[in-house]
Amino acid sequence: MSTIDWLIDDAPSSRLQARAGRLYRLSRMLLRNPLAVVGIVIVTALVLVAIFAPLIATASPTEQDLANRLLAPGADHWMGTDELGRDIWSRVVFGARITLMIVAIVAVISAPVGLVVGAVAGYYGGWVDRILMGLTDVFLSLPRLVLALAFVAALGPGIENAVIAIAITTWPSYARIARAETLTFRNAEFISAMRLQGASAVRVIGTGILPLCTSSMIIRVTLDMAGIILTAAGLGFIGLGAQPPLPEWGAMISRGRAFILDQWWVATMPGLAIVVVSLGFCFLGDGLRDVLDPKHGDKA
Amino acid sequence: MKPILEVENLRVSFPAPRGRVEVVKGINFSLGAERLGIVGESGSGKSMTGRSILRLIQRPGRVTADRLQFEEVDILSASDRQMRAVRGARISMVMQDPKFSLNPVITIGDQIAEGLVAHRRLPRAQVKEKTLEMLRAVRIADPEKVVKLYPHQVSGGMGQRVMIAMMLIPEPTLLIADEPTSALDVSVQAQVLDIIDELIRRNNMGLILISHDLLLVSAYCDRILVMRNGEVVDECAARDLAASTHPYTRGLLAAMPHLNETRDELPMLDRRSQAT
Amino acid sequence: MNILEISDLNVSYGTSQVVHDVSFSVKEGEIFALCGESGSGKSTILRAIAGLATEWTGAISVLGRARERGLSARFASECQMVFQDPYASLHPRKTIDATLSEPLRIHRVAGNHGDRIEEVLDSVGLDRRFRFRFPHQLSGGQRQRVAIARALMLQPRLLLLDEPTSALDVSVQAEVLNLLKKLRREQGLTYVMVTHSMPVISFLCDRLAVMRHGRVVETADVEQLKADRMTDPYSQELVALSRGRPDQKSEKTQ
Ligand SMILES: Nc1ncnc2c1ncn2[C@@H]1O[C@H](COP(=O)(O)OP(=O)(O)OP(=O)(O)O)[C@@H](O)[C@H]1O
Ligand SMILES: Nc1ncnc2c1ncn2[C@@H]1O[C@H](COP(=O)(O)OP(=O)(O)OP(=O)(O)O)[C@@H](O)[C@H]1O
Ligand SMILES: [Mg+2]
Ligand SMILES: [Mg+2]
Repeated sequence: MSTIDWLIDDAPSSRLQARAGRLYRLSRMLLRNPLAVVGIVIVTALVLVAIFAPLIATASPTEQDLANRLLAPGADHWMGTDELGRDIWSRVVFGARITLMIVAIVAVISAPVGLVVGAVAGYYGGWVDRILMGLTDVFLSLPRLVLALAFVAALGPGIENAVIAIAITTWPSYARIARAETLTFRNAEFISAMRLQGASAVRVIGTGILPLCTSSMIIRVTLDMAGIILTAAGLGFIGLGAQPPLPEWGAMISRGRAFILDQWWVATMPGLAIVVVSLGFCFLGDGLRDVLDPKHGDKA
Repeated sequence: MKPILEVENLRVSFPAPRGRVEVVKGINFSLGAERLGIVGESGSGKSMTGRSILRLIQRPGRVTADRLQFEEVDILSASDRQMRAVRGARISMVMQDPKFSLNPVITIGDQIAEGLVAHRRLPRAQVKEKTLEMLRAVRIADPEKVVKLYPHQVSGGMGQRVMIAMMLIPEPTLLIADEPTSALDVSVQAQVLDIIDELIRRNNMGLILISHDLLLVSAYCDRILVMRNGEVVDECAARDLAASTHPYTRGLLAAMPHLNETRDELPMLDRRSQAT
Repeated sequence: MNILEISDLNVSYGTSQVVHDVSFSVKEGEIFALCGESGSGKSTILRAIAGLATEWTGAISVLGRARERGLSARFASECQMVFQDPYASLHPRKTIDATLSEPLRIHRVAGNHGDRIEEVLDSVGLDRRFRFRFPHQLSGGQRQRVAIARALMLQPRLLLLDEPTSALDVSVQAEVLNLLKKLRREQGLTYVMVTHSMPVISFLCDRLAVMRHGRVVETADVEQLKADRMTDPYSQELVALSRGRPDQKSEKTQ
């Protein structure tokens, strides 16, 4: 029996096979969507560039070379150099690491927090719900960038604080989604059946409700990645995010602003990177929605 | 009699790991102002047939037919806008599984009201009045209380009746009822079916009643199609159902328990021949 | 011995009381049917026994022990419930295997879970190749059998069945009814079953209670039902309607 046959077997004979089969079917569907493929390529490229940054960069991202200030893009410097003579291509490449790190940490912190807060609020209802959702609404009522600004101002500028601030500002929208999803399931008979078997509330939420919220959460987080990148860049741009000489894309644009008319590449190149990566996450998120969201596609 | 609905060679298929599988395999019928029953075992494609008439089969599924004509509308080539005008207003469908079709986070009253105002503009007081009236029409005892309940708070049978009430709002030309009364006790079931029946006679409507209850279908329809595995295997006038000689129909009839049951075990159909 | 005893049970949801002064008892090994008007509180009684509806007064005792309100792990292994709708009672993202092993994990049952799962699948007549499928890959009847299998995992003595066959076609209904009969024979189970179908009661059950407007109007033996000797006018009406339906058509199609 070939691997494909094993994967698409109608009657899998082990947990592993069932899971692998599902993954295979989902990825097949994802690959059939051209935009999603573009998204996958961009995001994979981002990850590869971040991992192999030292190999891909042509120069050090921080080493200054004042003799070669503000050179236009060319054979030596693919994206030109900035006002301190640093190679912009290398800075963009190393910047990928920072961007990826921000995105990953924010996702790792805020998605689970939002998921748990929302599921708990939705499952228990009553005053638990009112308190948790009241808190959530306070956060949601302020624009994200403003809130992040306030936190960074309080915590002090720096990339770590920027990440924390962004994470604090993103979880509430996840909590909202998780709560809305939970409300539609919490009276379902399969949840009653779990409770009847003696499952504790922790188990019901953890193994009964959360798995049903994760797919909309994955979609939402992926779509939000673009926003997170932009917020991080925004903080960098106004000097509250990554501090020099770190090659953070937002901070790079901010420095390049002074030369935008004569040396356009200084601000444009990192800007291009932000646009491409944001778009990549959006495409991927859209594709995932088609595949994972039961309301849109297959329920598998 | 001019037919309301004509179906020729209707096929519905879904993609499967090894090529597409047909779940409805070329069925034909035409329907005037009459009551057509579709029976058959679970998975035989009854619901898919009903849904394809409303073009409700979503993407990976595919519907083809040589002819699928509802009055002057060619359903397969109609635009989405035309279909929206047909759906609900001229063809209504009572879906199987009411709790799944009702929105779990909106009250019953609001859902019915939404259906009402989608059809014509009504002042608010009238909407409320009409909503209560609809619920009373399907024999819901305490409509003032029920409008404030969420779908999980009503009993199985009440959910079904709410669905029926919503489908009767627009007074359609064709009503497709998919297992409309499986969760109702015999007494309410008879009342609800009588209401549907009366409406159909009065307005000269067509009815497609999908059910697995052979007695019910034979009592409330004129003509019956028996489906198996996506094909129509037997077709007869309702009053002749009990006398049908087709082995599959006989098998279904035999599998039903009787009021004076003496058998120790019910005969089951041989399902091995069927794809799983 | 009475495995289930209910006396003067009143159940409400919030301010509205839906079950009034219900009393009945069920002997070990018996199949007891609850039938009657839609919305009369049949499911609610089952939910109160199971512990899913907690606002009740009166007395419920199961296996000689008074039932406290709410759910408890020990009770779970004595009494289980099968829900009305096989489409809504299985977790859509869990394989049959995960659904069936859940109760074993909750109760930290020792031994090989895989063996037990296959044993129970066998006893409900499901092929082993269904074990790693997802619910959407099963037909209604197969799902209902999974739900029954799940209820059997902890080897309860009492099963509460809420319209176990109303969503199923006649051939699958025959399958499930035969299965329930077989399980009672082999494992000595007791069932309390909600159903609308008088013929099903006649085939499977020993006794029945007819409900209307939240009250039990009559408790009878199945022999009484078969011989048409029910005493309450409402139960007589139900029986007459179940009997009369086939004839109804002749008068309707004139
Ligand atoms: N999304 C889908 N993908 C693949 N197969 C499907 C899908 N939806 C339905 N089917 C298959 O189509 C067949 C016919 O389904 P249908 O719902 O019409 O059955 P039915 O006759 O209404 O049965 P029941 O009495 O159980 O409602 C079934 O075998 C089912 O497995
Ligand atoms: N969670 C709830 N909150 C408020 N009222 C409820 C709730 N669940 C059920 N009810 C009400 O209790 C009454 C009895 O419902 P129940 O589900 O027990 O009826 P049933 O006898 O099972 O009917 P059916 O045969 O239609 O399923 C109904 O009037 C219903 O509206
Ligand atoms: Mg169906
Ligand atoms: Mg019920």
